[in-house]
Amino acid sequence: MAPVAPRSGDAIFANIERVNAELFTLTYGAIVRQLLTDLEEVEEVNKQLEQMGYNIGIRLIDEFLAKSNVSRCVDFRETADVIAKVGFKMFLGVTASVGNWDAEGTCCSIILEDNPLVDFVELPDTCQGLYYCNMLSGVIRGALEMVSMKTEVTWIRDVLRGDDVFELQVKLLKQVPEEYPYKDDE
Amino acid sequence: MVREVAESCVDSLLTEMVASYCNRFYANKPELAARRIEAIGYQVGHQLSERYTMERPRFSDHLEAIKFICKDFWTELFKKQIDNLKTNHRGTFVLQDNKFPWLERISIDPSTDKVNSAEDDSLTTAENKAASTISMHLYYPCGIIRGALSNLGITCAVTADISNLPACSFVVRVKA
Repeated sequence: MAPVAPRSGDAIFANIERVNAELFTLTYGAIVRQLLTDLEEVEEVNKQLEQMGYNIGIRLIDEFLAKSNVSRCVDFRETADVIAKVGFKMFLGVTASVGNWDAEGTCCSIILEDNPLVDFVELPDTCQGLYYCNMLSGVIRGALEMVSMKTEVTWIRDVLRGDDVFELQVKLLKQVPEEYPYKDDE
Repeated sequence: MVREVAESCVDSLLTEMVASYCNRFYANKPELAARRIEAIGYQVGHQLSERYTMERPRFSDHLEAIKFICKDFWTELFKKQIDNLKTNHRGTFVLQDNKFPWLERISIDPSTDKVNSAEDDSLTTAENKAASTISMHLYYPCGIIRGALSNLGITCAVTADISNLPACSFVVRVKA
């Protein structure tokens, strides 16, 4: 049977169950606020947001692979493209772009202009150092780890801190080739 | 055009929020975890209620406010209304949802590989675990209702009743 063609982010998004983004945005905001109250230290909140994102990412990847029919990416360039064009679109309804590749092709930036997480959000001065969207970096790290890529994901630009876009740097640290349980010639 | 996201985003976020508060931040302190989850819901409910009633005149009485929660508010959140509303006309309201969407989609993972017919204990433990996970999740919509009503000037306590699954009831007790 011929392999099913991968679906575009728009097509997937049009076909899945969607909800009013407001509930999502407000829930995320309430969680961040509660974390700030309970954990007090901004650095700790950043860390927990990333961890929560990671926990979500390791599960979300299954849904992603099931719904997108994306086949194994040939290289990291393709991976980054798929995250930006398909991943962001099918979950958050927005498209990101990829840029700032390094010479080896193992490090790039994912740039997001439109971000539902931050609708109507303003950071008070007391939150210096907070990476409000840090859950996103965890999601990407977790999802990629499940497809055998160990990455480091860091914020380069953040609109809530005064920049014009969100820019996440994704650096491929290690690619662990998948081990097949059986040898091919058996 | 109202902005949308995938439903699974909300589901994943809620599941992870409950898991983090129960298993990591307040592990072994379910009371505290529950209160935090409810508090997060309260904030969301309050803000949503504010948004959804911006262009309306104030509700004439408690019953009208509760009806708003059952119909318009619930529809905005869950694309369906509350199925049944009961009241004793003395400040207690029971909002019954026969098919509460979040309850349907919570992934409860009874450890089926640990179930041993000779050990009834492990089955009960799995059931208990499932029940307590459900309860924890329900603190969040209870908080949403409490927050929404608070924005409408009504102070109350909200608890969930799952004695009649798959139906889920939210019991609102208005404080005088």
